[in-house]
Amino acid sequence: MSLLELDGVKVHFPVKKGLFFDRTVGHVYAVDGVSLSVEAGQTYGLVGESGCGKTTLGRAVLRLNDITDGAVVFDGTDLAKLPSEEMRAFRRRLQMVFQDPLGSLNPRQNIESILAEGMAAHNIGKDQAERREKIKEILAKVGLPSNAMSRYPHEFSGGQRQRIGIARALVLEPDVIICDEPVSALDVSVQAQVINLLEELQESLGLTYLVIAHDLAVVRHISDVIGVMYLGGLVEEAPSDALYAGPRHPYTKALMSAVPVPDPEVEDRRERILLHGDLPSPANPPAGCRFHTRCPWVQETKCATERPPLLDTGDGHKVACHFTAEIEAGTVKQTLATGIEAVISTEAVATEAVEVSEGDAETADAPVKKEEEPATVPAQADAGEAERAEESPKA
Amino acid sequence: MTILTNKADKIDRLAELTQSSEAVTGTSLWREAFRRMRSSKMAIIGAAIIAAFVLVAIVGPMLAPHGPTAQNWRSEVFPNQGKFVGMRGENWFGLDHLGRDMFSRWLVGARQTLLVGVVSMLIGLIIGAAVGILSGAAATLGGKVGQRVDTVIMRVTDIMLSLPSLLLAVSIAAVLGQSLTTVMIAVGVVQIPIFARLLRGSMLVQGGADYVLAAKAVGIRRKRIVLTQILPNSLSPVIVQATLSLATAIIEAAALSYLGLGNPDPAVPEWGVMLSQAQRFFDNEPMMAAYPAIGIIITALGFTLLGEAMREALDPKLRG
Amino acid sequence: MPLLSVEELSVTFTARGRKDATAVDGVSFDVDQGQVVGLVGESGCGKSVTSLALMGLLPRKGVRIGGRAEFDGRNLLGISERKLRDLRGSQLAMIFQDPLSSLNPVVPIGIQVTEILQRHRGLKGEKARKEAASLLDRVGIPDPDRRLKEYPHQLSGGMRQRALIAMAVACAPRLLIADEPTTALDVTIQAQILELLKELVDQEGTALLMITHDLGVVAGLCDEVNVLYAGRAVESAGRRELFAHPTHPYAHGLLGSIPRLDAPRGEPLRPIRGSINDKIAWADGCAFAPRCDHYTLECLTGTPELTEPRATGHQVRCVNPVLPQAEVPA
Repeated sequence: MSLLELDGVKVHFPVKKGLFFDRTVGHVYAVDGVSLSVEAGQTYGLVGESGCGKTTLGRAVLRLNDITDGAVVFDGTDLAKLPSEEMRAFRRRLQMVFQDPLGSLNPRQNIESILAEGMAAHNIGKDQAERREKIKEILAKVGLPSNAMSRYPHEFSGGQRQRIGIARALVLEPDVIICDEPVSALDVSVQAQVINLLEELQESLGLTYLVIAHDLAVVRHISDVIGVMYLGGLVEEAPSDALYAGPRHPYTKALMSAVPVPDPEVEDRRERILLHGDLPSPANPPAGCRFHTRCPWVQETKCATERPPLLDTGDGHKVACHFTAEIEAGTVKQTLATGIEAVISTEAVATEAVEVSEGDAETADAPVKKEEEPATVPAQADAGEAERAEESPKA
Repeated sequence: MTILTNKADKIDRLAELTQSSEAVTGTSLWREAFRRMRSSKMAIIGAAIIAAFVLVAIVGPMLAPHGPTAQNWRSEVFPNQGKFVGMRGENWFGLDHLGRDMFSRWLVGARQTLLVGVVSMLIGLIIGAAVGILSGAAATLGGKVGQRVDTVIMRVTDIMLSLPSLLLAVSIAAVLGQSLTTVMIAVGVVQIPIFARLLRGSMLVQGGADYVLAAKAVGIRRKRIVLTQILPNSLSPVIVQATLSLATAIIEAAALSYLGLGNPDPAVPEWGVMLSQAQRFFDNEPMMAAYPAIGIIITALGFTLLGEAMREALDPKLRG
Repeated sequence: MPLLSVEELSVTFTARGRKDATAVDGVSFDVDQGQVVGLVGESGCGKSVTSLALMGLLPRKGVRIGGRAEFDGRNLLGISERKLRDLRGSQLAMIFQDPLSSLNPVVPIGIQVTEILQRHRGLKGEKARKEAASLLDRVGIPDPDRRLKEYPHQLSGGMRQRALIAMAVACAPRLLIADEPTTALDVTIQAQILELLKELVDQEGTALLMITHDLGVVAGLCDEVNVLYAGRAVESAGRRELFAHPTHPYAHGLLGSIPRLDAPRGEPLRPIRGSINDKIAWADGCAFAPRCDHYTLECLTGTPELTEPRATGHQVRCVNPVLPQAEVPA
């Protein structure tokens, strides 16, 4: 069994309005049904662009946000239902490293006080002297001099501050560390120091990481398994190498093709899949597949009406798309141009589109392979299918 | 061997050039702010004025050449011409309409003025800060119930804020009667919602900061988060406001005294009362009003200068 | 003759009561018509200050600017404020990192665009509006007529950056300076904007000075690359040459420390030690020496000269450059 398991986690923020007492006028569906599991000693990387809900999800695991629905099972305990004092005790074992190294450190506390506070809250170490020894040891481990203890956060460089943030987590001897954009605020040359440090610590302390980042290259470098999020839900999950070798969800394909690689040879051979438009608002997400408004392969049926579940397509490679197999096989039509007015639709895509347009009639007719349909289609999907049935005669 | 010395040379030379001045003991933000204050002209002038004022308030009554109520009629004074004052002889500021030595009354009055300023500021600060902490803590970490509590408290302070401060003070004075205590309470009460709002707002901003989230993630108890994390970081604007409000408190107290709500006891002169008494003779003897007025203005200026200097020194954006 | 030729540009901030801070310490580069030149470096390397100095956007007080910047025969650093204002917008244009704060929040996009058209191209009324709409259309903003009436906050980040680009190219400038134009954007939006910039350069022959910290962006976009460190160019070369043979230890280290999407997993990164704060003044030696693995005593005796140890046109400011024999893994 996995160390950390998320099952159908939803985090909806109420949108409030009102003069005296607030009325809820709607919800932001920041995280809308995410299930994943993190194995002990491994690193799970969660990627997605801003607004996809990855940070909210990370915070929800620690219950820094209220969880609307679903379970967060850590080592056999469902954290989502714990009373707050018990949850507080559990936080010793689940720690977090934040994106903004300066902002996440209290500017008026010195380093020793910052680190000792957490230890005191969990009764680690008998007295101040013992805590101080422990702090010294951890500071050495993260590569800070011991005279750092009496200094204040503003007296350090960005990389050093992030080391302090990591030390703050480590003094509690946690099992899991959630790293929310651990390097994105740092200079490029310093990012590698922190990434290497995280990897060394994982090796020597047997830590489990949930790394949340927008930078696919960073995530791929340190993760064993990668989950790709879009607008509150996972669209694809696979072992790191498998995901890189063959992304299957259209969004992942586009994301991967957009990441710049510092190598002109690669860049020049690049075939970019450019997405149309912008991320829809999570307060009013599109019905059906959340990605269908921007998907280059959007189909007339199903996509707009039925939310695709995350299904294993083999070798632990999970995809949430109705047409994974068809896109792979090239039997569905690419419907939206991929580019600024389709300037550079990729070669592969272009040929695919041509091929498909020849057999236009049949693809429109039979876009759905029944075996792809799972037995566990949610109730709403049934309604979607009914709608589709009504629509299809017109097509 | 040569390689070794070369290496040592390299390191020495590098150390020399990087002039690493890594402090072994850190400097806290408070200490840094204090250091910046010391190099600010504004702060030094403000502090000097305040020091002089406090000195006068403490030792002034002892130095006063005459008692504040001692009447000293002179032969050359012709009351029917309305000529009471003049800077001659031992009466530096001259005499007032009752023949009392203005300079002595001014010196004694300084103490009353300082007392009114400090006490009414403290009333506002202590009650206001208490309300602010309660409201701020409830709003940031109190959950749904806390947010309701906060809403109620804030609506009450809104109502208090929306009343014209002088009118509020006059009504309080009307209820409590005419005395120095009344003035202090009236001026202090007006300050309460200002401090409460300020501290709450500041706590709300800090409550949303990442380090508070981090403290929560580490598992620190809520009460401790408020006391060790949010509160120390929310105090700067309150400290600045306290200094600035000493100035307004003195002016407002003077205004209330001027309106005749101050201490009627002639043995306890106060600058505002003196100003109010000088009103009748303003046409002929403007200097009679000028002395207490200048005292009030300069003192208020001193507190304002110090407050503004503090604001600059405590501003994290100007840290360098 | 190059369109823009910058020679020994230096910018020193001289705030009262503080030590003088040299942000740019002798930067030289050329930009040709239709060429994309990159200034790459990390925070504090002086790349943004360079662009502001070229646009004349630095405050006049408390700043000392040295060197020359010939643009079309005129020294940008010497001409009057009025002449510069005429040049800006018509011949020189700039795109900033944060599109929201570079747009006026209380004025609709349309008015902000037509204003430029009016000022520099003398277009008025309906004509200006039509041109503005076609500009928005040109940069890939759908439904331009509606968007013209909207305020900046109603647009998404990518849209705003497009609007800003539309304003920048409104008068078909000959040189476009882009300061981290995609840093605030998501990768999929970044890809859209980069394609747009590429297209502008290809179709209009605009010269582009691209300022970024992202070596990946540089690899895909720039013809010539200048790597800046602590206010000086430490390496300049064509992009293929630079990425194939990074020769300055800093550029070399930087490329080794970036996780690459296409790199096999498990290959450890080779970080550069220390931080940008560990530096020495260029006058004393190589600013990078405290972080460099190869530094010798020679590095600590005055500014290293630019040399071409590897190929002509590939300039490196280092006395111990990383050359093939040094690349053998230790």
